[in-house]
Parts: sequence; structure tokens; C-alpha cells
Amino acid sequence: MDFGGLALDLTQLDAPLPIWRVSSRAEDWSETALLVAESGGRLVSLWASDRRQGASGSFTVSAAYATSSGLLCFELPLDGAHMSYPSLAGIFPCALRMQRAIADLHGLVAEGAEDTRPWFNHGAWPEDRFPLRRDFDGAESFPACQVRDYLFVRVAGDGVHEIPVGPVHAGIIEPGHFRFSVVGEKVLRLEERLGYTHKGIEKRFESLPAQAGYRLAGRVSGDATVAYAWAYCMALEGAVGGNAPERARWLRAMLLERERIANHLGDLGALGNDAAFAFGLTHFMRLKEDWLRLNKRLFGHRFAMDRIVPGGVALDVDAPGAAWVVEQCDAVEREVRTLRRIYDDHAGLQDRFVTTGRVTPALAKELGLTGLAGRASGFGHDLRADLPMSPYAELQVRKASHSNGDVAARVFVRFEEILESLRLIREIVTALPPGEVLAPLPSLEEDGFGIGWVESWRGEVLVALETEGERIRRCHCHDPSWQNWPVLEHAVMGNIVPDFPLINKSFNLSYSGHDL
Amino acid sequence: MWKTLIQIVKVGLPAEAPPVLPAADAGEARRIEAEVLAVLGRALTIREVDAGSCNGCELEVHAVNNVYYNLEGYGIKFVASPRHADMLLVTGPGARNMAVALKRTYDATPAPKLVLAVGDCTRDGGIFGETYASAGGVGGIVPVDRFVSGCPPEPIEILRGILAAVKAGQQRRDV
Ligand code: SF4
Repeated sequence: MDFGGLALDLTQLDAPLPIWRVSSRAEDWSETALLVAESGGRLVSLWASDRRQGASGSFTVSAAYATSSGLLCFELPLDGAHMSYPSLAGIFPCALRMQRAIADLHGLVAEGAEDTRPWFNHGAWPEDRFPLRRDFDGAESFPACQVRDYLFVRVAGDGVHEIPVGPVHAGIIEPGHFRFSVVGEKVLRLEERLGYTHKGIEKRFESLPAQAGYRLAGRVSGDATVAYAWAYCMALEGAVGGNAPERARWLRAMLLERERIANHLGDLGALGNDAAFAFGLTHFMRLKEDWLRLNKRLFGHRFAMDRIVPGGVALDVDAPGAAWVVEQCDAVEREVRTLRRIYDDHAGLQDRFVTTGRVTPALAKELGLTGLAGRASGFGHDLRADLPMSPYAELQVRKASHSNGDVAARVFVRFEEILESLRLIREIVTALPPGEVLAPLPSLEEDGFGIGWVESWRGEVLVALETEGERIRRCHCHDPSWQNWPVLEHAVMGNIVPDFPLINKSFNLSYSGHDL
Repeated sequence: MWKTLIQIVKVGLPAEAPPVLPAADAGEARRIEAEVLAVLGRALTIREVDAGSCNGCELEVHAVNNVYYNLEGYGIKFVASPRHADMLLVTGPGARNMAVALKRTYDATPAPKLVLAVGDCTRDGGIFGETYASAGGVGGIVPVDRFVSGCPPEPIEILRGILAAVKAGQQRRDV
């Protein structure tokens, strides 16, 4: 295939979406990135694998790019003693932290990167040991290691002071550290420090049989458990050449849309609360609870954890179940429309939402903002609409979009997406194709490779899986929060400190999904 | 404003609705309330600390704060600072990067402090195990009064766990 002037020897992967893989030379690495950027593509994920095997094999760095014709997985094998690769951060700024993570976990250095501070290694393991190398034993630990200091960027000037927040926050949220440099109430700069929830998920995968990895994938970020389990199963099914039956694919989509609605409901409530409108929290959380209870009743788990399994799903919906689902969708739609009118008419709430935490379309494009936040900033991609696989192709997803990029726009997108997902769920359960929900996968004999790519409620998640017989050799999970965390630093600039929780919640990024 | 009021009136008091607890447990809510008061004689304040969870447990800790479970009605309240807390509610496998923060939060909590560890991974690391990055449970970082099983435990289990920890703490002090 000719890719923007580069003749690439692409292999199409076995996947329900167009995904291409190519192994290439060092000289094409940066040029490909530039071509992708120029043609409007974006960097989805960047990761490394240790493919050394005795004297053969090598470290490989992989970049996954989203282009208009699909996903391009571009692999760069590093030769021999070469422990570095050209930095992509000059072309795709979101690559910076991913490169810092690769340095911590693989000991591979990005040449020319400005920021080389450790990212995940806060001091829990020695700086010269790299957990994702093959020779690192997963059970090894280093109790004698001490937390190391971290050099935050200092802002100097008259009247500037710092507010350190976290890692333990005031609410019921995940841990991370925020360093605000402020003048009076105004935020000049925010610097995030993440990695506190790093628990070695990717190393843990290496001790699991490939058939069992979906459970761990479903706990990369609990609020997106369905999206991750689906992405993992898609990757595994691609690696072994298996396929989930049609009915299972429809049921997976139903679960994904239910997950989207559950999270949007919770966040819309929390957004009201953060703007001192506790009524919103009370009512949206009530709807969310009803929603989760029906999950429990129908699927046996409130978040449908472990219900998407390799080869299909571990649930089914019968006629009475479908009727309950439709009935609940109708009821939730009525209530959401009422609550939306209340939000829209509430002057105090709108005063807090409008113009707050703005990310302009130009900035969104430059920094690669993704998911619902991207769609609220006029940088709207949504895999369900752009590269629809079954059943989304039949369902014709209407993509929500707004261009103001403020908290109000993200609220708008969430309301729109709830209504659209309610429509999708109703259509799915009324048009469920008949048949099996599970088709056992062929057994794994040779080495396999597969990619899963799914539009979670937050944005696109990606799972890249390398198998070795029945076992996992490498499993990389990517959360859209990688792209959006750095943009949050820009979104709060010039806002007042008390608006930070509101802005933060309007994105609601994952710590665990990022920290792994 | 009137729309807000109409909605409030229309929805009424969901905390009284029957699906709050399974039929067999009817009356348990009242019992929890009575016991919290009997044991503590006042409200119970809780500070939550995520020690590396997947955030699934946080979803349920949020849920236990929704109107159905009527938490504040029992005199149980989540607070923003460990210095205001009687109990730490800890989740996650004990990410090593969180060990110092968790320990310091514990130290900042006034005695007598209770620790409730919520979720399978707080016990032994659960699905994350014990690795270079996970301590394999939070018990090695802070003393735990009570564990709540589940991945994630449902809100009603968290509520039961809170009560059990209060009782366990009471017995610990009595001896
Ligand atoms: S117990 Fe389960 S849901 Fe809770 S943090 Fe651990 S893995 Fe996530």
C-alpha cells in the first residue's frame, strides 16, 4: 500500500476494523509520523516490547496512528545494542509522557525529548531495573527503595505561589498530584504528576494464560471495564483467528452503550454538585443506581465486569429482559430530558459552566485531544461513526459535537450521547440477531498478534496483544486519558482555582487506566 | 426554580423505596442506624483513600452515597480530611507508589482510628497480586480492622462492612 508517498509493506490484521501493521526502518520512523500528522491523523498509542529471544529478536517500539482509512501500527525494531529511538513528541506532543513511561518500564530512551524525568518510577524500584524486560521477574520487589524527589517546574514572579494538591484528594477520587502556580485566585500553570496507582498491570499480564487476560483487562480502569474487556477480546480473537458470533457482537455493543450512559449520568450529577447544585447529584445518581441495578438483574454484575469473554459474551437477553431494557430506557430518557431543562435554565449553573475550562478547536487538534472532550472542542472523532464495525455500521451512530470546548460544551456532549446511546440500546435489544452468544476460540499454537480498538465512553481504548503459545508475551493497554491529561493542564490556565474540580470532572480522566 | 421543585416533589423520597435492600434483609437499614448510634453515640466520619484501585471500588463507594442507601440518614458521612475522620476506607492492592501517602494519611487521622479495606484487592492484591509495584494488599501498610470482599463489593456490602468495622473497633477498645 502506498501511504502518503511512502511505499509500506502493510499487513492487514484480522480485526473487525481496518487495522494495518508494518515493521519498518529507523529512517522512516519520524517521516511516517510527520506524514500522518500532515494528513490529519493522530497518535493513538506508543509502547515498547521486549522481543529478544536469546541472541535473536530485539526491543521494538510501536506507534499506533489513527488515519482516515484505519489504524496503522508502525513497528520499529531496534538493532542490537541500540537502546534509543527518535522522539515523536515534536510531532505529537502527547507522545512525551508515553516515552517517559517506556523509559521507566523498558529502559529505552527517546532521542531528542525535552523532558526525561521518570514518570511511573517514583522510587519503588531501582532506576537501573526495567520491569517490562523479559529478564525482570514479576514477583521481585524492592522494599528498601525510597521515594525519590520530583522536580516540578517552578513559576517565578511577584506574588506567585504554589498550591500542592494530592495524591490523596478531598473527594472520593483516584490519587494524583496537582501542582498549581497561582497569583491570587488565578491559575498561571498546572503541573500534573501521575503514576501513583501504578500497580504493574502490564507485567502481570505476562503471568497469565491468554484466555484469562480479559479479566485483568477489565480492571485497567473499572469505569471502562466493558470497553477494555471488549478491546482485549478483539485483540485475542484477531491473534488466534477466531470470531465472536453476531449476537454476541450486538450484546457487546449494548453493554458498551450501557457503560457510556452509566458514566455520563454519574458525571452530570457530579458536575452539578461541583457547581453547588446538589440537586443534580442526587437525581442523576438515583438514575445511575436504577441503571446499575438492572445490570445486576440481567447480567449478574452492576458494571457487567467479566461478561465479555474471548469468543463472545457470558450473558444473554431474553424477551422479558429486552422489554425491561426498553422500558427503563424510556423512563430514563424522560427524566434526563427534564433534568437537562433544569440544568439549561439554571442561571447559577450556566454561569459556572459557560466559558470555563476552555480548549479551543485549534489547541485540541494540536494536542490530540480525544474522546468526548475532543468532540466538545470541534475535534470530533468517534470510532463508532468513523470506522463502524458491526453492529454500529447498521445502527448509524450520530456523532455528538460542539465547538466551544468549555465545561458547558462537555456537558452538552454528554447529554447528547446519553440520548443517542438510549436509542442505540433500544434498537439493539429489539433487533438482536438470533444464534449463539459464544463460539470457543481455536487453540493458540503459534505466536500471535492482535489489536483491539474500542470507543469507550471516555474515548478510544486500545489493547495490543502478543501471544506465545497459550501465554501472553506482552499486553499493552492504552487509555484515552494519556492524550487528555496534558490538555487539562492547558484547560485550567487563566481560570480560578475553585473552578478546577469542575473542569477536571467535565473531562473525568482515568488515573488507573493511565498509571497501569 | 419551579421545575426543580416539581422534580423534587415528583421523585419523592427514594430512600424509602423497597428495592433498597433485599426482602430478606428488610429492616437491616434501621438496625445499622441504631447500631451506629449505639456504638458511637454520634455520627461516623469516613475519609476514603484509593491505594491503587482500578476505580471500580470508587464507583461503589460513590453509589453508597446515593439517596437509596440513605447514608447520612444513619449518621455516616464522608469527609474531606483525615483529620476529621473516625475511619479510613481504603481501596486498591496497595500500589507501592501510594504507600507513603497512605501511611501519612493514617498518621494524620486522630485515634482511635478504624480502617476498613474495601474490595478483594485490598486483602492480597487480588487480581493484581504482589509485584514490584503492588504491595499485595493494604494490610502491610496500615493495620486493617475489617475487609469487605467483592470486586467491587456492592454498596450494601460496603455499608455492612462499615458497621462491622465500627463494632470490631469497639471490641478492640473494650479489651
Ligand atoms: S477489588 Fe476489584 S473493583 Fe475493587 S479496585 Fe480491586 S480490582 Fe477494582
